[in-house]
Amino acid sequence: MMTELFIFAESASQSGLPLGITSGGAWLLRNAWLIPLIPALSFLGILFFGKRMPRKGAELGIAAVGIAFVLAVLTGLAWLDHRDNYHGEETHLAVVTVEHHGEISHDEHHDDSHDEHAASGHSESGHHAAHSSLAVSNTVTWFQTNGVDISVGVLVDGLSVMMLFVVTLVSLLVHIYSTDYVGGDRRYTHYFAFLSLFSASMLTLVISENTLQLLVAWELVGVCSFALIGHWWEEKPNSDAALKAFLTNRVGDMGLLVGVTILFFAVGSVLPDTFGSFSIAATNTVANNGLLSHTALLVAATCLMAAVMSKSGQFFLHTWLPDAMAGPTPVSALIHAATMVVAGVFMIARLYGVFFEGLSIGGSSINLMALVGGITTLVGASLAFVQRDIKKVLAYSTISQLGYMVLALGVGAWTAAVFHLFTHAFFKACLFLGSGSVAHAVHSFDMKSDMGGMRKAMPHTYRTFIIGSIALAGLPPLAGFWSKDEILAGTGGWGLFGGTGGNGSYTLMLVMGMITAALTAAYMTRCVYLTFFGEFRGHGDVHESGPRIVVPLWILAGLAIVAGLFNLPKGFQLVPDSFQERFGHYVEPVAGYFPTISHATPSWSLAIISTLVVIGGASAAWWYYFVKVEAASKASGKSLTELPNGPTTTYPLAKIIHNILDKKYYLDHLYTGIIAGGTKGPLARMAYRFNQQVIDGTVDRVGETAVKSGQFVYDKIDQLVVDGAVNTSGRLSSEAGGELRKIQSGKVQSYAAILFAAATVLAGILIVIV
Amino acid sequence: MENFINDWGLTVTTFLPMVGVAVMLLIPKAQEELHKKTALATSLLVAVMGILILTQFDFDATGQLQFAVDHIWIDVINSHYAMGLDGMSLPLVLLTMLVVPLCIIYSWNHFPEPQNPKAFLILILVLETGMIGTFMAQDLVLFFVFFEVVLLPMFFMIAVWGGDDRRYASLKFFLYTLFGSALMLVSFLALYFLSGSESFVLSDLIAAVSSNGVSRTAGLWIFAGMFLGFGIKVPMFPFHTWLPDAHTQAPTVGSVILAAVLLKLGTYGFIRIAIPVLPEAAVEWAPWIGLLAVIGIIYGALGCLAQTDMKRLIAFSSVAHMGFVMLGISTLTDFGINAAIMGMVAHGLITGMLFFIAGSVKERYHTLDINRLGGLLIQAPRMGWIFGLCVMASLGLPGLAGFWGEFPAILSAYNPGNGLPVTTFRVFMVISALGTVLAAGYLLWLLQRAAFGTPKDEFAEDPSITDVTKHEWISWAPFLALIVAIGIYPNLIFRVTDGAVDASLDDCLQVNASELTPEQEEALGCASIYNLHEDHEDHEDHEAGE
Repeated sequence: MMTELFIFAESASQSGLPLGITSGGAWLLRNAWLIPLIPALSFLGILFFGKRMPRKGAELGIAAVGIAFVLAVLTGLAWLDHRDNYHGEETHLAVVTVEHHGEISHDEHHDDSHDEHAASGHSESGHHAAHSSLAVSNTVTWFQTNGVDISVGVLVDGLSVMMLFVVTLVSLLVHIYSTDYVGGDRRYTHYFAFLSLFSASMLTLVISENTLQLLVAWELVGVCSFALIGHWWEEKPNSDAALKAFLTNRVGDMGLLVGVTILFFAVGSVLPDTFGSFSIAATNTVANNGLLSHTALLVAATCLMAAVMSKSGQFFLHTWLPDAMAGPTPVSALIHAATMVVAGVFMIARLYGVFFEGLSIGGSSINLMALVGGITTLVGASLAFVQRDIKKVLAYSTISQLGYMVLALGVGAWTAAVFHLFTHAFFKACLFLGSGSVAHAVHSFDMKSDMGGMRKAMPHTYRTFIIGSIALAGLPPLAGFWSKDEILAGTGGWGLFGGTGGNGSYTLMLVMGMITAALTAAYMTRCVYLTFFGEFRGHGDVHESGPRIVVPLWILAGLAIVAGLFNLPKGFQLVPDSFQERFGHYVEPVAGYFPTISHATPSWSLAIISTLVVIGGASAAWWYYFVKVEAASKASGKSLTELPNGPTTTYPLAKIIHNILDKKYYLDHLYTGIIAGGTKGPLARMAYRFNQQVIDGTVDRVGETAVKSGQFVYDKIDQLVVDGAVNTSGRLSSEAGGELRKIQSGKVQSYAAILFAAATVLAGILIVIV
Repeated sequence: MENFINDWGLTVTTFLPMVGVAVMLLIPKAQEELHKKTALATSLLVAVMGILILTQFDFDATGQLQFAVDHIWIDVINSHYAMGLDGMSLPLVLLTMLVVPLCIIYSWNHFPEPQNPKAFLILILVLETGMIGTFMAQDLVLFFVFFEVVLLPMFFMIAVWGGDDRRYASLKFFLYTLFGSALMLVSFLALYFLSGSESFVLSDLIAAVSSNGVSRTAGLWIFAGMFLGFGIKVPMFPFHTWLPDAHTQAPTVGSVILAAVLLKLGTYGFIRIAIPVLPEAAVEWAPWIGLLAVIGIIYGALGCLAQTDMKRLIAFSSVAHMGFVMLGISTLTDFGINAAIMGMVAHGLITGMLFFIAGSVKERYHTLDINRLGGLLIQAPRMGWIFGLCVMASLGLPGLAGFWGEFPAILSAYNPGNGLPVTTFRVFMVISALGTVLAAGYLLWLLQRAAFGTPKDEFAEDPSITDVTKHEWISWAPFLALIVAIGIYPNLIFRVTDGAVDASLDDCLQVNASELTPEQEEALGCASIYNLHEDHEDHEDHEAGE
């Protein structure tokens, strides 16, 4: 048995581990829980009184999210001040340190990465401002079990403040947009109720102080997603899509349950006086300090990755996300592009200590997370090519971009990933709402049969969509360029001109990212052509949407232009130093709960090459659609969407590839047909037949035999041996049954009698023999 | 008042329903309205007693028996009339007191065929006495009597007011549970004689077993007897087959009471009697209980997926849910048993509600065939939403009560009590987590088929399909409010149970084994428990972490 040395630390004393959090700070930061509370109240208000309000509850939802947005902005400003000027006391964590380090086997790999990260941490020490960024934490007891208090509360730092801003802003715009888009809907009030509930849950998620709270909010956003995907549940495809989303997420949530559990006990094992802890700050801190076994962290991180894969649409659990487009378009913009689907990315960013140590991100060239992200980004981008539904193009694009973020976190480029999350929220929401605007006009999402030439009729939608597309494709100086370029640099795989530093040499990820950049530019060009160019292929008279749709589009387009400027690269000579890396400075924690990571240096050569790649991808698609297809259209006099004898009809290989893409890599077939169908069909039927015939059959036969022998025993033994017992049971049944006794009581009495007799005899036997 | 509650509170509460029964026996059968009012008034009085008890309950001493009474009852076998209430029984007693009046209100205007409110309500009140008594009894003979009192009214309820196949179902229910009870009684008697206890009072038995001890073999057999008795009642796989039949055939209120309270008698027996009295046998049996629990979770879920009858599906889901409860219990940790009690209360509320809804759907559509249902949200939108909420609660959505029974149970299986095989329980944990996926599958599938979509042609124009009625609202609202309230603030239950569970568990199971020196371990006398399972070393390694 190991002997242990307890280090008990007073809060704020020098012993114990510095957690990087404080219980002080501005009032707004400590009380950030007000922000989710407001939409939560509005949910209840809309649910119970919405139908009686003049605008059917929409006004309440908009007011609540509006207030939440204002509070989020104020909280953000308070954070800027806190980050630079707060000098309060830091909370320390008392830990149990175990002697006998020799007894514990480190595997080689872990030691390597550990050294590496310590070394790299050293070299980076001058990188940040001298004082660390203390997150603000404020908790109350949620419940107690086994004498341990489990708390609920807020953990406010740059990451959560940024998320508060993004969620409330996009949510507010989506609310306003929705009053037009779903105006007159059969469940208008319920729609706004669920938007409020979603906002409340998502905001709770981003300020979660502990993993249990995170898990709760995680599932709540999932159920809101379920309800809103299935908003028009009268049609079976919609409810099917909702079910698929929920069930796929449940598969990932299994990993979340297990991962959270492992971390809970692993952390508990190094804390005195408690057997577990959900605290995010404590979990990260003990992980960063190498107090947890590498195996535990690896298993936990792998389990949590399953949850990320389902929630953030990563390959191979991404298949629910395109189907989720069955929901109303504003919902797709808010939940399935800008906010909920980034919850997985957010969780990695939040628990980065666990992932960084567990997956040995530092000093490696490949790991599970980077690989999942890399594959996802390619799978998503390739599938976006073959869609004819404009929302599905955007859905696969979202999958691809989420893959980018996960890839970035996988290579250690934390700030780049979070920054991409930030910029992506704006341009993707802009694109989704733009697609909704078009669909609102033509009453269809099918680009090939019902769109085309929309640029004339819908100038605002057209312009904002173009801005969003360029931002997504990543052309300078729009938002997507900056964040994408940081991710590519962050891979550290750019060896051509001396490397960019970073946490390892993830060359494979750099290549994957580059290919995706080209593909993204190409499929967006295709999408823009099919929607806005050529001749109109739909029916009826189309016109531009109203102000409640157009104004949110322009706001988001504006942000898609400027958002990238928040994090201009360090050493970007065209602007003064004080404009560089503002986002990184305020958002990336420099604290005990955040691992020491290395930062890549921006590279002009990489930026230029990646831009050329984007232009190359766009040009190829431009040549195909804007030149060849356009010319063929003119020649045939019809508005075409593909060349009449294009590559898929000419080349067998192209045809095969197209077919595989068309069938979505056959994953749906595997999940819905084989796994779900097999469980629901043969497996369930087999279990049930076993139940009825074997288990229940046995019971029945035992019963029949008992009845027969019981009759015999009753006749011969009953009256003689257990008269008293019979009377007792008889009295009971007469009290209870009254006149009903006639029906069965004869039998019941005899069974009861046999029973008492048997019990007495058996007890006797048991006492005698043992 | 205070003295009255202290001395007489529990007795009055338990037997008040019998007073109501006596009154009702004097009222002629034809005066149905009076019968209903009397029954409701009685059950409400019981609830008022419950509230009075609650106000006097010392929440800082949940681990102690409060309002305890102890008198010689059957002198010749040293059986006492011993009653008491602690944090473990309080939530279940309150649940019973809540369910009974709401069931009476629910059946107000639609008693199942063949009507006869007098007999029906008398049975419900007898049930109430039996259920409350079981949760309060501190003497094993008394416990057994109450345990059995419950059986007959439920038997008649199914046999008389049940569905088409009621005779088979009721007899099966009765015989199966009686069979279990017999073995349980055998165990009680054997325990009393072998331990040399002064009486059948639980605390005497615990003291006698720990000072005199019973042989390992005897302990195992005695535990096995209780295991069968309680396990059949829970019901645990593979003793569950009475349940779907009983539930499917029982009248709505019968199903609700069966699900909400009766099943808990079994799990309560485990944590009140079996584990505290025989901790060593419990440690040996625990992996098997855990195994049956996780089989039940998966198997129950698969059973659900194969159903076409809504009520039978909900019944099968009980097998899965009670599997989580048993998994929590089998960890023999404070954490796990707290989760189990939470699971019992949550399952009582949620599954009770689901059976209410099934009953109301049956009344409107005259069928529960899932293939024929559909569009409930269109025809009865409020009921559809309530149904949706209960489905979400049942699949363990955080923020609703079901989650707090499920997740902590899964969590506790990661680190079971001292002396239990850790690896085995971790496998159980992963399998039970898979159960949450299947639960979402069968419940959402049910919701989709019954509530989404559009109504089938045969029901599209049916005027008898109305939304939630006044009586339904009154009887459902408290259930729904509690499902949400406990979901948001689980401490409502955990705060009450924690102390009592802690007090009931053997010290050796509780302490952090890695923090014990060998001397301390010996002083506690834990060696016998710790060495029961061979991969104990494994446990220690994990405990110690790095």
